Amino acid sequence: MSDLSNATPAPLGGAASGTPAVEMDGIVKTFGPVTANAGATLSVGAGEIHALVGENGAGKSTLMRVLGGGFAPDAGTVRVLGRDVTGWSTQDAIRAGVGIVHQHFMLVPTLTVAENVVLGSEPRRGLQLDGRRALDEVRALSERSGLRVPADRTVAELSVGEAQRVEILKTLYRGARILVLDEPTAVLSPPEVEELWTVLRRMRGEGATIVIITHKLDEVMAISDRITVMRHGRTVERLATADTTPTEIARAMVGRDVVLPSFTSDAVKAAGEGALQVRDLTVRDARGVTVVDSVSFDVAPGEILGIAGVEGNGQTELLEALAGLRAAVGGVVRIDGRDVGGTSVRRRADAGLSHIPEDRHRRGLILDYSVADNLVLGQQHHFARRGVMDRAAVARNAAEKVAAFDIRPPSAALPARALSGGNQQKIVIAREMGRDFRVLLAAQPTRGVDVGAIEFIHGQLREARAAGKAVLLVSADLQEVLALADRVAVMYGGRFVAVLPRAAASEEVLGRYMTGAQPRNDA
Amino acid sequence: MSVIALLAQVLRIAVPYLFAAGGGVLAERSGIVSLGLEGFMLSGAFCAAVGDYYSGSAWVGLLCGILGGLLFGLLHAVATIRYRADQVVVGIAINLLVIGLTRFFLRLAFDSSSNSPRIAGFEGGGPLSGWLAGAGPMIPLGLLVIPAVAWLVYRTPFGLRLRAVGEHPAAADSLGVPVARVRYVAVALSGALAAMGGVYLALDQHQFTDQMTAGRGYIALAAIIFGRWNPLRAGVACLLFAGAETLQIQMQGTQAIPSQFVSMIPYLLTIVALAGVVGRANPPAALGKAE
Ligand SMILES: Nc1ncnc2c1ncn2[C@@H]1O[C@H](COP(=O)(O)OP(=O)(O)OP(=O)(O)O)[C@@H](O)[C@H]1O
Ligand SMILES: [Mg+2]
Repeated sequence: MSDLSNATPAPLGGAASGTPAVEMDGIVKTFGPVTANAGATLSVGAGEIHALVGENGAGKSTLMRVLGGGFAPDAGTVRVLGRDVTGWSTQDAIRAGVGIVHQHFMLVPTLTVAENVVLGSEPRRGLQLDGRRALDEVRALSERSGLRVPADRTVAELSVGEAQRVEILKTLYRGARILVLDEPTAVLSPPEVEELWTVLRRMRGEGATIVIITHKLDEVMAISDRITVMRHGRTVERLATADTTPTEIARAMVGRDVVLPSFTSDAVKAAGEGALQVRDLTVRDARGVTVVDSVSFDVAPGEILGIAGVEGNGQTELLEALAGLRAAVGGVVRIDGRDVGGTSVRRRADAGLSHIPEDRHRRGLILDYSVADNLVLGQQHHFARRGVMDRAAVARNAAEKVAAFDIRPPSAALPARALSGGNQQKIVIAREMGRDFRVLLAAQPTRGVDVGAIEFIHGQLREARAAGKAVLLVSADLQEVLALADRVAVMYGGRFVAVLPRAAASEEVLGRYMTGAQPRNDA
Repeated sequence: MSVIALLAQVLRIAVPYLFAAGGGVLAERSGIVSLGLEGFMLSGAFCAAVGDYYSGSAWVGLLCGILGGLLFGLLHAVATIRYRADQVVVGIAINLLVIGLTRFFLRLAFDSSSNSPRIAGFEGGGPLSGWLAGAGPMIPLGLLVIPAVAWLVYRTPFGLRLRAVGEHPAAADSLGVPVARVRYVAVALSGALAAMGGVYLALDQHQFTDQMTAGRGYIALAAIIFGRWNPLRAGVACLLFAGAETLQIQMQGTQAIPSQFVSMIPYLLTIVALAGVVGRANPPAALGKAE
């Protein structure tokens, strides 16, 4: 790694070959009543790519924050290259060459890429920050590592893929030789994931040790050498990737057999007019650029229409316009034949529209509100009597949904912030699908969610279809689209460039359209 | 009245604003709301009067004033950073506390409820001594504060960390930037700088009078917001507000516009700025948040 970095990390004692890069033993970490790690162990050999997997809330992120100095463990020991570093600080960890790319971006949006990268280890010229050198160094590092980023632009202008690369550059700049990536692929498109693999393999080739957390088992199979499986805060299995299968990993994670996503055609062949009808919908963004370009389609009752596409091709704006969160400049939207164009989110909800937004933190939840309150957001008027919230009804609703959707920990009084990402997502799903609706907009419904929960959410979506609901599914995960959709539309540059029946859609075909091949309409 | 005399008057009115706004920008960019500027200024004015009175030296007064502001800045920092108290409440509490304390010690030290005895000011005023008599180093210092703060914020490693801490403290923390320490430094500095504005008032008037800052701290905060948290723009806003005030004074004899309307200008402009008329107002993202 040292040739990728320019800072010289402090020497770490005799790293005799064979000494594991990371050894964590009996790690316990609690947050009040919640035990995140209950004696977890992790051993990562030097120079390997190690996958850390487990259900939502299993304690993976917490364990990695302990490694990176973000939390001191309540009990247990942490060794890095043989040295006992238990309870060290973030600075110690950085200096020793441990770099963490956190699950949620840790970037300052108003600063430039270069500023974000050098923050905390700034090159100086006298008393001043040497901005010129920072730019040059970041450009050079970007060049050498193959992580292409625009060094002089502000982070707010970057795509998620670029932001992800900046996160990795930050660790390389500090000379990281042990790199932890917490769900780096959750926001990446398939080609970006491939690029990331190339970079990681190259880093491994140069002697770096990498720990990667992901919920996608095909990624585990593709990139890792060894696997550690966590469940309920403990380490339950250690596997060599070459000797295992996705089914076996999934079983270890969940503690039972899991049906991995695959297409089952239980579609009620729906006829008649669409429950959701969209005609010539056009949306412009704040700068006046057309981001949804006169899109028309129907979703019939009992049908799942999947939208595939590289992120940033108008899917977000399309769904926001349908949900009433964003004004359309033209076109018609009908729910069950009723024109809802120009009406509020609440009107649309009352007309039978449910919406699982893609960014649960921004749109789906109020993180400081309790789970119970989040479960009635947007429907609060149905839980009020004479203008006053009926707390008993809210509590009853919460108890029902927490049980029905297996939200963990099952305590509705906790703020949503205290739940793991996957369980936060279940709150949104429970609220939007646990009520009477006709049309469901589901954007990235399983992003950052574990295999058990994916199985559950997919089950819910199929049930909705069987119950005659119309479902519009947007997902960056092609396998998800292929597993659920009856028809697949591909969005590119704000238009539907293809609408294919499931039988005609395959990853190869969709992949081709996603990059902007000729328009075609078979459906 | 000559143009130079007018400009000198604008400058004299602007100097306290420049000090306070320069300090306030630092605190606000670190994510801590700066409602306590008024209190910092008043504490600076009082401590300067005390120091000056007993030593007979304006320089000692200046030093005492700075120390006083530093102290209240630290108090603000401890309450909001260490104990995570609500920043707006702490700011207002500091302002009220300083009013009370200065009254108390005014009686104790000078046996008066309204003002201190006459104190020495600075001698001379350099080349512009005719117009800026008695200001000593305060006017050059006041003019320097804004560029110095801008340099600190935009050109130094500390400034980069300050901006990061005010926008996304978790990100700064994940890189080992000591978030609390950066904020302590910023808020303490804001206390010291704002206090220098108060020192200038006391020395200029050769005495301390009860509540002599008269809302200048709030005007400085308005300038910060009007300047969209950019030190240079905030400095321009200070000069603009001081210009409006000069106008008001000049027009006092005439009946053209009631002077109260002119006094409203800073606040009106600030509301206009907040409403996004002069480009979007983007406060530091972590401003006012406990975490
Ligand atoms: N700061 C915190 N305060 C309270 N509880 C927390 C905190 N951080 C994590 N937890 C709890 O600790 C448990 C483990 O969380 P962690 O984030 O480590 O899970 P994870 O395995 O990374 O899950 P995911 O796959 O959803 O990211 C969860 O039950 C979570 O609610
Ligand atoms: Mg996690």
